[in-house]
Amino acid sequence: MPELGRAALVVCFGLALYAVVAGFAGAHLRRRRLAQSAQNALLATFGATVVASVVLLVALARSDFSFSYVAQHTSRELPTPYKLASFWGGQEGSLLLWLLILTGYGAAAILLDRKAGRELTAWVVPVLGIVATFFSMLVVFVASPFHTQLASADGAGLNPSLQSFYFQIHPPLLYLGYVGLTVPFAFAMGALLSGRTDERWIVATRRWTLLAWAFLGIGQLLGAKWAYEEVGWGGYYAWDPVENAALMPWLAATAFLHSVMVQERKGMLKVWNMLLVILAFSLSLFGTFLTRSGVLNSIHSFTEGSIGPWFLGFICFVVAGSLLLVFTRLPLLRSKTKLESLASREATFLYNNLLLVALCLTILWGVTFPILSEAVRGESVTVGRPYYDFFLRAFGLPLLLLMGIGPLIAWRRASLRSLGRTFLWPFVTALVAGAGLIAAGAGTSIPGLIAYTFSAFVAATIALEFIRGTQARRALSGEAVPRAFGQLIARNRRRYGGYIVHAAILMLAIGIAGSSAYDTSHSARLAPGDSMKVRNYTLVYRGLNSKRSQNAIETRAAIDVYRGGDRIGTMHPGKNDYPVEQQVSNEVSIRSDWLTGEDLFLITEQVNQNGTIDFKAIINPLVNLIWAAGLVFLLGSAIALWPDAREERRLAVRYGRLPLEA
Amino acid sequence: MLTAALVLGALLAVAAVVFVARPLLREGPEETLETPEPRRLELAEERDRALAALKELEFDHRTGKVSDDDYRSMVGELRRAAAEALRALDSGTPRTDVRDRP
Repeated sequence: MPELGRAALVVCFGLALYAVVAGFAGAHLRRRRLAQSAQNALLATFGATVVASVVLLVALARSDFSFSYVAQHTSRELPTPYKLASFWGGQEGSLLLWLLILTGYGAAAILLDRKAGRELTAWVVPVLGIVATFFSMLVVFVASPFHTQLASADGAGLNPSLQSFYFQIHPPLLYLGYVGLTVPFAFAMGALLSGRTDERWIVATRRWTLLAWAFLGIGQLLGAKWAYEEVGWGGYYAWDPVENAALMPWLAATAFLHSVMVQERKGMLKVWNMLLVILAFSLSLFGTFLTRSGVLNSIHSFTEGSIGPWFLGFICFVVAGSLLLVFTRLPLLRSKTKLESLASREATFLYNNLLLVALCLTILWGVTFPILSEAVRGESVTVGRPYYDFFLRAFGLPLLLLMGIGPLIAWRRASLRSLGRTFLWPFVTALVAGAGLIAAGAGTSIPGLIAYTFSAFVAATIALEFIRGTQARRALSGEAVPRAFGQLIARNRRRYGGYIVHAAILMLAIGIAGSSAYDTSHSARLAPGDSMKVRNYTLVYRGLNSKRSQNAIETRAAIDVYRGGDRIGTMHPGKNDYPVEQQVSNEVSIRSDWLTGEDLFLITEQVNQNGTIDFKAIINPLVNLIWAAGLVFLLGSAIALWPDAREERRLAVRYGRLPLEA
Repeated sequence: MLTAALVLGALLAVAAVVFVARPLLREGPEETLETPEPRRLELAEERDRALAALKELEFDHRTGKVSDDDYRSMVGELRRAAAEALRALDSGTPRTDVRDRP
């Protein structure tokens, strides 16, 4: 039923366009019914997009090759989960997913945040409508997933590197992050358009920002795990433009989540916060543009492609329009208070923001420079790993240190005496850790040593925050330690949820430093019975096996692994041959030691005619801390996101929905 | 199949139009969007900011992050700011305005 899908998208486009026109008219003329009608149109876009998405999913599940999209991205033998996940395997489906998530977020934000004030919501609706109009226009007129053809006998199949569990969850999570940043952007623009730049837009959107940021973070981590297990080079992040595309808006959103606290506490940084919201949303659009326009392959494929110029035009419109709006509202965004001291919590947030934005813009320059170079000079210049690694160290290490300093400094100002007292234990911990690491031989990598020493400092501050907070609560309430600890977190969810997220970032930093600064690799050509040594492991190649799976021929080597003379298991690296796709993929074998956090990573680089195999073995120390950090990150984000009834009541009083006595 | 798809598409369009038009078809006089009083909002935000700062200072003092001297130098200032915000809110906006809201 491609016609139904097409009709649903046309209806969605019409509704979104109506939401823009009626929304602006209703808000400007202050006509409540017109504004509600626009709001309903925005809600209905979600229904129409759901219908279109169901049509595509059914076609994918039934292998209906009369849909060009289904024929181009699946085959009959493709397992059903991958058939369904092919929804986001191509350009047209990805754009439909963007639209589906956008309209879903829009509907949810409008329904849940009505209490932010009808006047503000009335201005938010047309802004969301503009974004929905753009994406529905793309899937209706430029890149429709409902193009039809004469049904072929079979499809072209799915790229083997996409045939992974992570393909089923990584893109939707990433899109939930990218698209989620539309909500804070729309509320910020709504506040500017209405001329009401009080904190309602921040109150209404802080959970949406946190949610989008958490999805983007987890999505990236799963993407790194996917690259680690699937791409087969032993690493997890290659500073690829597609990876950077998700990192940039995440960094901008991280900066916003910190600086917004300064606005809430001190009424400062109002212009800066607006700029960060615009930056985060523009970068999420830019990320989609990078991954979907073909501009990364070549500037020519971008100009010849269908959606690239549209995307570039829309990004320019969003950036220019929103900056103009900020400029015209500057008098409303002036702060009444000033920074009292350079040694204060708000000052550390400011330093953290400057470093995060500097890192973000450095990455942006690294991503755009090859594109601009090709466009201007006709030749593409590669910006490689050393560039990114240098700036990651230059900005990332001070950021890591600030993560420890910030929580220990009080708001407004701190005297030297206070600072000396609060920093004593973390400083001693860092000193002892640094000396211990040098004694243990970790001084072979200076950045690694600095990262670990800073990490010890941050770990000590986080632990101190929980210990001192629990003690203070006990002193006040006389509660037992577990209850005092639980209540401490429950009554300050954003703060302690944030500290848990800091702990996750710390684990991430330790994992990255360990696996990149202290890794070992060894390659060898082995015949059956031969062995190779890598650090304290001995690997003995036993032989090769092949079997047929649903859509591939799977070849696996059997390698016995010995450590300290004991056989600890057999690993099976190999290759998959996909006949329909006519491609071969590398299937690595990984043995994780959760006690030490270390991975033994085996790659079958080449199967030779004479029966020998070229193997590569890599030992990645502490790499599993990176994946464990994901779980801690989720826990911290969930705590920070969890609704707080006391906070809701306080806001209800502030905005006059509850009397002061409540 | 084509006819069924077209009928379903048309039904979707009609349902969307009805849903969108519903607020416009409601009987009664035209309603305007209510706007909160900006001064009251500003004062309420100032009050909350001052009270939160006071609460934070007390907590930081109890956890040892703020020394006794620093605490004494800041607490008076913050209490005055909180009292001023509360007074301004009381005098700027009649309390009944707040209480009478639904």
